[in-house]
Amino acid sequence: MSECIRLAHGGGGQLMRQLIAEEFRPLHGGGSPLHDAATIEPPGGRLAFTTDGYVVQPLEFPGGDIGRLAVTGTANDLAMAGARPLHLSVAMVLEEGLPLAQLRRIVASMAAAARECGVVIRTGDTKVVERGKGDGLFITTSGVGQVEASRPIGPGSIRPGDRLVVSGDLGRHGLAILAIRHGLELEPPVASDCAPLWPAVERLLQAGVHPHLLRDLTRGGLAAVLQELAEDSGCPFRIEEGALPLHPAVERVCDLLGLDPLQLANEGRFLLVVAPDQLEAAMAVLGPEGGVCIGEVGRPAEAGPVPDVVLRTPYGTQRCLPPVSGELLPRIC
Amino acid sequence: MTLLTGSPVAADAPPTRVNALAAELEDLASRPWTLMEVCGGQTHAIVRWGLDQLLPSGMRLIHGPGCPVCVTPAATVDAALALARRPEVILASYGDMLRVPGSDPVGGADLLGLRATGGDVRLLTSPLEALSLARRHPDRLVVFLAVGFETTAPATAVALLQARRQGIENLRVLASHVRVVPAMEAVLSEPDCAIDGFLAAGHVAAVMGLGELQALAERHRLPVVVTGFQPEELMQGVVTCVRLLEEGGCGVRNAYGAVVRPDGNPQARSAMEAVFEPVSAPWRGLGTITGGALALREDYRRFDAFPLLDPPGPTAAAPEDNPCISGRILQGRALPSDCPAFGGRCRPEHPLGAPMVSSEGACAAYHRYRGAGIPARCG
Ligand code: SF4
Repeated sequence: MSECIRLAHGGGGQLMRQLIAEEFRPLHGGGSPLHDAATIEPPGGRLAFTTDGYVVQPLEFPGGDIGRLAVTGTANDLAMAGARPLHLSVAMVLEEGLPLAQLRRIVASMAAAARECGVVIRTGDTKVVERGKGDGLFITTSGVGQVEASRPIGPGSIRPGDRLVVSGDLGRHGLAILAIRHGLELEPPVASDCAPLWPAVERLLQAGVHPHLLRDLTRGGLAAVLQELAEDSGCPFRIEEGALPLHPAVERVCDLLGLDPLQLANEGRFLLVVAPDQLEAAMAVLGPEGGVCIGEVGRPAEAGPVPDVVLRTPYGTQRCLPPVSGELLPRIC
Repeated sequence: MTLLTGSPVAADAPPTRVNALAAELEDLASRPWTLMEVCGGQTHAIVRWGLDQLLPSGMRLIHGPGCPVCVTPAATVDAALALARRPEVILASYGDMLRVPGSDPVGGADLLGLRATGGDVRLLTSPLEALSLARRHPDRLVVFLAVGFETTAPATAVALLQARRQGIENLRVLASHVRVVPAMEAVLSEPDCAIDGFLAAGHVAAVMGLGELQALAERHRLPVVVTGFQPEELMQGVVTCVRLLEEGGCGVRNAYGAVVRPDGNPQARSAMEAVFEPVSAPWRGLGTITGGALALREDYRRFDAFPLLDPPGPTAAAPEDNPCISGRILQGRALPSDCPAFGGRCRPEHPLGAPMVSSEGACAAYHRYRGAGIPARCG
């Protein structure tokens, strides 16, 4: 077999069959993954179904790679609906020239991530595009899960007085990627927080916690999620800035570059909104590092403009959450 | 201010050192002094941490002209855009510069937009990266749009010193470096200037030392306090400045002693002086400032990118056909919220003026951290 992906790998012939049989073997989770369609047993109850595309540069980074992201990301989207992730499909677009050794590492990492998430990869697809027409590798995954939460989870369930809890320190994934892209040498390097979220959600549900909302803090970070939820729920959110958990390196580098750690992406963190009388139970399940109460949901304003999200600084002053603008650009001074 | 009542966590956090300094200030100030923080980084931190909300009633912090992105003339941005359109050019600059619109009121083109349509535009964090780009792409022309105060000028100078030594032929700079003290001088010379004292930026003083500031403080008989950028350092600076005012004193105090040495950084200064010389030049929104910019010395003119333009040099900027009052904001005579376009037609995604583009610009800082409902206390 050649050392890198060639166009012929996507041609449907011998090379392609060999690629799928040999290189994608770790992904053969169960049933008939190479068939046109997988047949699955309906688990009973309500299903959750989701899909997501993954493009990331570089393909491998401290703490993860595009394959791990593609598996955990989709499994996490299911978990955020209160659903146990069960089945996954994987579509890969390979760019001519992608080293096979790298593809092999990424496939192995996907298989390991699938085991961690408890999902089985049921079906897949592979395409090859000419050199220059892709970014090495794009992955799209779709997933099906079984809803185990007994009450609806969504912005409509949020009530004034609810508590806001994050499941761990913020911004590490975004910083890990940024550091590599801009050639920042962080010592020690900051690893992505990329991780499956279902185990924590499952423990919450088993402990009898009814989440009003679960949301993974991916693109746009905590800031984007808070803004969106405050808008959707019609309630102002009040955050204690001093309570936000930040890794010291994230804090330092953001300070240096003028970045907002709350806008950095995470891949293994979620926001939980719970009724105040369930806060204690939720915190007990998540543990001291995994459950940090950062604020509460306020009452809709009766009159006058109130910002959607207000942060109280450690000095008792107040500020808004800056709008998330999209591209993260380091500052000059 | 009653938005945040009965918070579930840290409701009664112990008073911090910043709060202690604020209490000290309350006792100290016998009248409503007006201080100007010169640097955009200071403005950003003050608004970010709401430090103005801690000042004694009537006391004002006004925002100064010290945001390098904000004061770069539109004509220079136009020059960068024109060069970036050429196929042989790699145009490189700092992140914030890539989003500053040129003078074209219709297109509102910026360098990032040009990149999206095929221009080779690169984001750098240091001019030395421009040098290595030039080395890696001998068949291309690397143009570095060099902006910033005496903080970034030495790094541009070092890149050019090396380029000259190594005989690199394909590197050019659009130099738009500016000098802080002449801008402070210009602000003070306005007839209705209300400034009682300055908070000067620690990182500029770390390069330049205290000499120039000393001369300015003596000429105008007012206090100048060099500060850092952390909330504590800024509050310490305010307290030091107010104490001086209350005692009727003037002169320079260094409230950032850990970083700033009285003679600055002689090495950085000598690199800068070898490559650049002070000239009078227009600042965006402020008009021409005597000695306000740095131009390449004769020996380094071969690296100048302006002669590549046709006609050479920055073109006269088209009149900025928008309601932007950035000039008044950069002089501390108006607040961003006084601008009719603030938050409406002018937003960070659609900036009409430079103070909304740069993360250090006053308009952007207000837009980010104040929004509706959190009143501004600074003047
Ligand atoms: S809000 Fe916009 S238009 Fe108004 S002064 Fe600021 S930058 Fe100019």
